[in-house]
Amino acid sequence: MVKVTIDGIDVEVEAGTTVLNAARKIGGDVVPPAMCYYSKLEGSGGKCRTCLVEVAAGSANDPRPMPKLVASCSTPVQDGMVIKNKTSEKVHVNRGAVTEFLLINHPLDCPICDQAGECHLQDLGYEHGASGTRYEEERRRFDPIDIGNKIKLHMNRCILCYRCVMVANQLTDKRVHGVLGRGDHAEISTYIHNAIENDFSGNMIDVCPVGALTDKTFRFKSRVWFLKPMEATCECTKCSGKAVVWMFGDEIYRVTARKDKYGEVEDNDGKPAWICNDCRFEKKDPAKWNILGPRKINRHSVISANHYELADPNNNSKKVK
Amino acid sequence: MGRKLLLEHADVPGIETFDVYRKHGGYRSVEKALKTMSPEDVVEEVKKANLKGRGGAGFPTGLKWSFLAKPEGVPRYLLCNADESEPGTFKDRYLMEHIPHLLIEGMIVSSYALGSNLSFIYIRGEYLWILEILEKAIAEAYAKGFLGKNILGSGFDLDLRVAPGGGAYICGEETALIESLEGKRGNPRIKPPFPAVKGLWGCPTVVNNVESLATVVPIINDGAEEYTKLGTEASNGTKLISACGNVTRGGVYEIELGLSVEEFIYGDEWCRGIANNKKIKALVPGGSSVPILPAHLITKTAAGENRLMSYESLADGGFASGSMLGSGGFIVFDEDQCIVRNTWNFARFYAHESCGQCSPCREGTGWMEKVLHRLEIGKGNMRDIELLADINKKIEGNTICPLGDAAAWPVAAAIRHFREEFEWHVTHPEDAVKGNYGLLKGVTV
Ligand SMILES: Cc1cc2nc3c(=O)[nH]c(=O)nc-3n(C[C@H](O)[C@H](O)[C@H](O)COP(=O)(O)O)c2cc1C
Ligand code: SF4
Ligand code: SF4
Ligand code: FES
Repeated sequence: MVKVTIDGIDVEVEAGTTVLNAARKIGGDVVPPAMCYYSKLEGSGGKCRTCLVEVAAGSANDPRPMPKLVASCSTPVQDGMVIKNKTSEKVHVNRGAVTEFLLINHPLDCPICDQAGECHLQDLGYEHGASGTRYEEERRRFDPIDIGNKIKLHMNRCILCYRCVMVANQLTDKRVHGVLGRGDHAEISTYIHNAIENDFSGNMIDVCPVGALTDKTFRFKSRVWFLKPMEATCECTKCSGKAVVWMFGDEIYRVTARKDKYGEVEDNDGKPAWICNDCRFEKKDPAKWNILGPRKINRHSVISANHYELADPNNNSKKVK
Repeated sequence: MGRKLLLEHADVPGIETFDVYRKHGGYRSVEKALKTMSPEDVVEEVKKANLKGRGGAGFPTGLKWSFLAKPEGVPRYLLCNADESEPGTFKDRYLMEHIPHLLIEGMIVSSYALGSNLSFIYIRGEYLWILEILEKAIAEAYAKGFLGKNILGSGFDLDLRVAPGGGAYICGEETALIESLEGKRGNPRIKPPFPAVKGLWGCPTVVNNVESLATVVPIINDGAEEYTKLGTEASNGTKLISACGNVTRGGVYEIELGLSVEEFIYGDEWCRGIANNKKIKALVPGGSSVPILPAHLITKTAAGENRLMSYESLADGGFASGSMLGSGGFIVFDEDQCIVRNTWNFARFYAHESCGQCSPCREGTGWMEKVLHRLEIGKGNMRDIELLADINKKIEGNTICPLGDAAAWPVAAAIRHFREEFEWHVTHPEDAVKGNYGLLKGVTV
C-alpha cells in the first residue's frame, strides 16, 4: 500500500492505482471530472484532459513538484505523492480551458438533445465553464447518421472520448466502427450506415458521456427528468438481465444499464453488468420485467434535481438544493 | 570548418550501390563492432560521443539506449524514424536518397548494441521512391552477408525491413509510429509506459532518427574521442541542416556544430546570402515548431554574443529571445514576407495533422488556425491577438504528445516578436486582403 495526499486528505491505496482512482476512494469533490476514462474499458483515459491535476510532490523519495499538470486517470500514484485538485489555481484555470475547448465546436443543442439532464458535458460546463463564448468561428458540422438500426450518431456532440470504440473493441465480436480522419475533423463512423448489429453494441450509448450516441427507440420521447428510473430484472440468456427501466406512468420508455455515480456500469458478480440489445431495445413491455423499486440516482446532475432522493447528499451539496 | 562525416561521399557516382560504398570505407564500423566490441562497448562509445538525437528533441542517444529494458526471453526492437514531415526539414530524405547504405550500416551497429534482431525503418508514405532505394540497398546488404543470419560469423542475426506510413506527420511521434507499425491508427500512446519498457508489440523498443543512426557509423569508426573533437563543448560532431526559404542556395548541408549562423547564411560554402539582394527579416532555425527569431536576434544573441549553429547557442535566451536547433529545418524569411501569413500557414499544418485524440490540441489547433486566417484576410480585431496568445498557453503542456506544444510555440513566438504585424492586419484590413505585409508595407504604412 502507498500513501497519497489529495487536497490535504490522506488515502492509502495499492501500488499502481491511478491518482483518479485514489481520489475516488476518498470520494466527494476531490474527485476530478473524467470524460474519457472508464474503469471498465481497458486502455481508456488520457484523452479529454478534464482530469488534469497538479503534482505538488512527486513522491517521498523525490518530492519535487512536476512542472506540467498530469492526467490523473493515467498517472499511477507514488508513495508520498501530494496532489492538488480543487485546491490548485492552475488546475482551475486549465480545467476551465479544457471545458472551453470541448465546447467551442459543440452545438449547444441541449434543448433538443436526449442526453440533457444526464450529460457529463453539461455537468462539466456548469462546474467549470464560462457564461459566454470567445469562439466566433463557424462550428464544425456533421449530419446525424444511423450507425445501427437502433443507434443514432450526432457527431456534432461527440467529444472523441473513444469509449464507444473501446466498447466495440472489447464487448462485441467484430468492430465495425471507429474514428475516421484527424484533428477537429475526426469523426466516429462506420463507413457503411447501419453497419452495427451486434448483441452488445447498445452499450455504446451508455458509455457515451454526451448525446452523441442515442437510443433510437427513445428518441424525443421524453426528457429524462420526467421519467421514473426503476431497478428491474428479467430472465435473459444473453446478459445478466439487471437493468434500469425508465417509466412514465405504467409505460417503459427506455432501458439502460445500471450506472454508478461516475456514470459507469455497475458490477454484477465482479463483472460489469453490460446489457444486451434485446433487453435495451426490445423489452418495453413491463410484464417482461420484474420491477424491484425506485433507483437512486447518485449524481449531481439535472436528472437528480427533480424528484429523486440522493443516495448520499453530502457528495452533491453544490447542485441539488 | 567543412569536415563531413556523413555526406563526405554522398556525391560519389554509384555510392548508392554496395560495391562503391564499400570501396569508400563502407561497413567498416560493422566489422569493427561485431568483431572487436561487445554491445555494451558500442553503447558506451555512443554515450561518450555525447550524440544528441537528431530528430528534433535532442535527447542524448547513448542515455536513451541505456534505458532500454532487457527482460530475459523478450525481443527488443530498434526502429528508425524516417517519417520526416516537419515543414522545412528534408535532411533525412537527402541522406537516404544519396547514401542509403550509411543508414543501413548505422542500423546494423545500433541493432547489435541494443540486441535487436528485427529492426524497421518507418518511412513516410510520401517517400515511396526512397523506399525502393532502401529496399534495393537492403537486398544488397543481405546478399553480401551484412544482414541476415550470423553476420560476418559473429553469431549476430539481424533482419531489416522498411515500412511505409500513410503520410501523417503525427506518425513521426515515436509512440504513434509504433501504433502505425502495428497496423493501427497512428495515435500517440499515453505515457508511461515508455517505449524503452513497452514499445512495439509490447516489447522494449528504441526509436531513433535517421541521422542519429547514421552518425553512429563515424562514432564507431573513429571513436568517441575523435568525434567529440568536432563541434562545441555541448554540441559535438556535425549536423545536417536543410536550408530553405529566401536564401540564394538552399539545400542540405553538413555543418560542424558551432559554425556561426552568420557564416552559414552568408558564407560562400553555404547558403550564399539572401536571394535577390534582399534583407533578412526572420529565421526559423529548426523546423516549423521552433520559435521564430526576428532579424536582430539571428546572428547575435540578446546578450550580444555571436549566435552559433549549436544546441546551446540557438537556445540562448530561452523562448524570450532564443529558439532551438530542433530538426535542422532552417527556414529563412526575407523582408518581403508576411509573418502573419506564415504563422497561419504553420497553424494550418498543425490543425490538419493533429491526431485529434486530446481536446486541447484537437480543438485548440483548429481554433488558432481559424483566428489566424481571419487576421490574415483582414477580418480580425485586436482581441484576437490576445485570444491567440491565451489559446496557445492553454494548449501548451496540457496534451498527450508534444504536437500540441509544437503548434503553440510558433504562434506565441510570432506574436512576441512581430506583434506590430498582427496589429497592422487589424488596422489595415483592406491592404491585408490585397496582398502581403512585407510587400505592401513600404507603400501603405
Ligand atoms: C508530432 C511529432 C512529429 C515528429 N516527427 C519526427 C520525425 O519525422 N522524425 C524524427 O526523427 N522524429 C520525429 N519526432 C520525434 C520523435 O518522437 C522521437 O523523439 C525521435 O524520433 C527520436 O529520435 P532521436 O532521439 O534520434 O532524435 C516527432 C515528434 C513529434 C511530437
Ligand atoms: S460518440 Fe460518444 S462515446 Fe463515442 S467517442 Fe464520441 S463522445 Fe465518446
Ligand atoms: S497533442 Fe495533438 S497530436 Fe498529440 S495526441 Fe493530442 S491531439 Fe494527438
Ligand atoms: S478522464 Fe483523464 S484524460 Fe479524460
